[in-house]
Amino acid sequence: MWNEYLQLMKAELMVTIILFILLFLKLGKKERETVPLLHFINILLLLNFISGFLYNAEGTLFGDMFHTSKLLSLEKNILNLGTLIISLQSFQWLKTHKHIPEFYMLLLATLLGMFFMLSSNNLLMFYLGLELSTIPLAALANFDLDKKISSEAAMKLIISSAFSSGLLLFGISMLYGTTGTLNYHELSQQLSGSPLQILSFVMFVAGFGFKFSAIPFHLWTADVYEGSPVAVTSYLSVVSKGAILFVFVSVLYQAFQNIAGVWYNLLFIISVITMTIGNLFALRQQNMKRFLAFSSISQVGFILIGITGQSPEGSASVIYFVLIYVFSNLGAFGVVSLVSAVTARENIDDYKSFYKNNRALSWILAISLFSLAGIPPTAGFFGKFFLLLAGAGTSHISGEQVNYLLITVAALNMVISLYYYLRIIRAMFMDGNDHPIDKVKASLLPNISFIICIGGVLLIGFAGGIYEYIYSLVK
Amino acid sequence: MNLNLVLLIPLLTAAAVLFCKGLKQVRIVSFTGAVIQLILSFVLLYGYWQERSSGNNDAFLFEYNYVWYAPLHINYHIGVDGISVAMILLTAFIVLTGVLVSWKMPAHTTEGEKQSKEFFFLLLFLGVGAYGFFISLDLFTLFFFLELAVIPKYLLIGIWGSGKKEYSAMKLALMLMGGSALVFVGLAGLFFNTHTGDGSHTFDILQIAQMHIPVAVQKLFFPFVFIGFGIFGALFPFHTWVPDGHSSAPTAASMFLAGISMKLGGYGCLRVATYLMPDAAQQYSWIIIVLSCIAILYGAFATMMQTDLKYINAYSSVSHCGFVLLGIGMLTKTAITGAVMQMVSHGLMTALFFACIGMIYDRTHTRQMARLGGLLKVMPFISTVFVIVALCSLGLPGLSGFVAEVTIFMGSWEHSGAFYKITTIIACASIVVTAVYILRAVGKAIMGPLASKEFSLLHDADWNEKLAAGLLTIGIIAIGIAPFWLDRLVGPGADAIMKNITNVVIAK
Repeated sequence: MWNEYLQLMKAELMVTIILFILLFLKLGKKERETVPLLHFINILLLLNFISGFLYNAEGTLFGDMFHTSKLLSLEKNILNLGTLIISLQSFQWLKTHKHIPEFYMLLLATLLGMFFMLSSNNLLMFYLGLELSTIPLAALANFDLDKKISSEAAMKLIISSAFSSGLLLFGISMLYGTTGTLNYHELSQQLSGSPLQILSFVMFVAGFGFKFSAIPFHLWTADVYEGSPVAVTSYLSVVSKGAILFVFVSVLYQAFQNIAGVWYNLLFIISVITMTIGNLFALRQQNMKRFLAFSSISQVGFILIGITGQSPEGSASVIYFVLIYVFSNLGAFGVVSLVSAVTARENIDDYKSFYKNNRALSWILAISLFSLAGIPPTAGFFGKFFLLLAGAGTSHISGEQVNYLLITVAALNMVISLYYYLRIIRAMFMDGNDHPIDKVKASLLPNISFIICIGGVLLIGFAGGIYEYIYSLVK
Repeated sequence: MNLNLVLLIPLLTAAAVLFCKGLKQVRIVSFTGAVIQLILSFVLLYGYWQERSSGNNDAFLFEYNYVWYAPLHINYHIGVDGISVAMILLTAFIVLTGVLVSWKMPAHTTEGEKQSKEFFFLLLFLGVGAYGFFISLDLFTLFFFLELAVIPKYLLIGIWGSGKKEYSAMKLALMLMGGSALVFVGLAGLFFNTHTGDGSHTFDILQIAQMHIPVAVQKLFFPFVFIGFGIFGALFPFHTWVPDGHSSAPTAASMFLAGISMKLGGYGCLRVATYLMPDAAQQYSWIIIVLSCIAILYGAFATMMQTDLKYINAYSSVSHCGFVLLGIGMLTKTAITGAVMQMVSHGLMTALFFACIGMIYDRTHTRQMARLGGLLKVMPFISTVFVIVALCSLGLPGLSGFVAEVTIFMGSWEHSGAFYKITTIIACASIVVTAVYILRAVGKAIMGPLASKEFSLLHDADWNEKLAAGLLTIGIIAIGIAPFWLDRLVGPGADAIMKNITNVVIAK
């Protein structure tokens, strides 16, 4: 019995253990050397990541509230990996910070929330996990206590996420009213597509839309991204968004399979709007973090295309893309984070002639941006190709023309997005600047994170086995 | 022979450059790698002939098939026919000469020494994309390599270029990516309309060629694929990246652009659009012919107005690449053979032209015809090569340009309709215009009195430049006086494409 709990909840327990270790560390002694402490925490996170590969079991707990499978373990481990990389990258920033254990406790609390959310088999459980994952995030957004802009960001985040949670809860309650159940499997049998159910579904999608910042629910994104510390921004845009997308796919594909015709059209429209408007806004950004915020919005548009696929290919390509997105987006955020921590410069104009003094960092940022833009041989190319292929592959719901329309729009959007990614490349490599950023020295931990990111970006695409593995789990 | 080597050795060369220190090491490694690539491509040619003469009549030789993404039916499938072998030879020539021409890095860059690693890496990496593209037999692999070859161009032009380089680089990257976006839609359309025995789809070119894609589907997606590749191959009215891109690029990158990249477009139109969608190719052929005639004439007349040597060559490339598309549009075996010959010939010729212009620019620091003159007296070698390549461009018999163009015209003349005759005559007429601008350029820049006293101090080509120019000249002359070997090489490939098309005609 205990054995079963230990094994099925292994990922959650590992995170909880680390959380408690940090708590005791904090209680034990007032002042600690920051550098050894950070090394120690990163080793813990690494162990956590490694343990994610071992002894993965399948099963359900707590009366079908909680379930886990190989696929979920993989998804959780992708989040673990993202957290580890972010932690490595925030070394430079945290080194001088007083509240290191608090930072990690909040971070791991949200991670724990995401794990529960992923493993939920019931909308109530899902909601619990969601709240656990969002409330500490608002505290994290305000972690640079002396910055006014951070408090503003935190305020915006907490209000918008409370609002979206409200919407979500409203949708859930209406669903419960019409079907009498919150369990995914039972829901999928009960759903008939009655008007009230569709209304509740719209609420549901709106709530989710807020969380993964699809347009028209994106208004908080850029401000929060700009105001938060870079580590938190990257956590929001990679780990938090990835978790929500994982859940979104599995809920849509499991619980709402019956009304696929409804959500196909809904997602179709949202994804086209999200890509296009996200791209158009990204064209005009001056701040690096805002720029990455809008670029991540348009990436969500692409991911939604994959979700419209309604096939094993669809969900496999979404998971695969998120995995790639972890590497490529964190590669970009890592450089921005480092530069911001050392020089406090975050504008695109500051990056002019960046290549002059920081050759390696320029190439890291460039390769990550190429991956985000979907240029081979980076993994982003494969990710986007598969998303679009999955999106075009749905022919059983709507006419074939529509699918081609969707991928045509997406393909043209890729050209627009290339323009603004190349704008950064141009600023770094080609434009002149009187005061280019001086040589930025990275410590060991950020360097490790760059190696992981660039290695992932360059190699994942060629290893067809990774996609095959995900596909076999999804099927 | 293992075809993977054609991909592996360029890749290793590019990777090895990354581990070098200083310009000297970098260029020795690049040079060695490029020489090996050239030797390898000759070995490939030899192997190909061995196979053919021993009676192997498969459409594609040296095939290698590896399942890359099983759930998505994506394979890494490579193989060559005569057309691919010709293109690989061309690529190897361009890579080697490109490396030789940039022996001292683009002259005007201030930090040339320091950035040499990146420059040579990108150059060689561009080569990898081209090699991969020409050997791919799987649409995904093909598309992968097509896009692989875009971004290095952007960086090469943007970082090491001259003039309004940022603008040109961005224009080129966006237009080519737009092209590949269209290609992507076309490929996806093809993919979802293939049906293999077990009810799944396939990206495999050989399998698709055997299937009959519904005519309505072909008519829908042929324009996507053809225009997409056409943007790479300077199809009118999508040619506007060509002049800016070529003239802003450093010499070696110009050579790669004209010599290899534009050929990706022509090859793609042939291999994917025409080969896989023969019905649509038949139906749309008149549009292709009209557009390519416009490109030929427009390019020629636009060249007349240019005063910058690089712009002259860039616009004349639009005109010459028009011949490639004209040959493809005519859809006869002779014309398609001519189109491939024109690709090879134009690749060598334009690369040589750009190399000459680059050498002249490095010495005189101007490309304006008005400021040049009498260069024959101070740099006899460069000037002689310049004259040879100019004569090749205007189609002098005995050089490659003549052979290719005549083959295309002969192929077009095989049609009996008045439309084909008239368009052929129009295309032929452009040669007169070509003669005007070519002879004017030669007359102004090479002949006549020395334009400036300072020019008398200039020195002639160095050994590396001589080697590069010599190699390309040999290529031009080899095709010019002995075209039969290229014809025999390309013929069977063109035959296979024609077989698909004539099947359609018979079926009607």
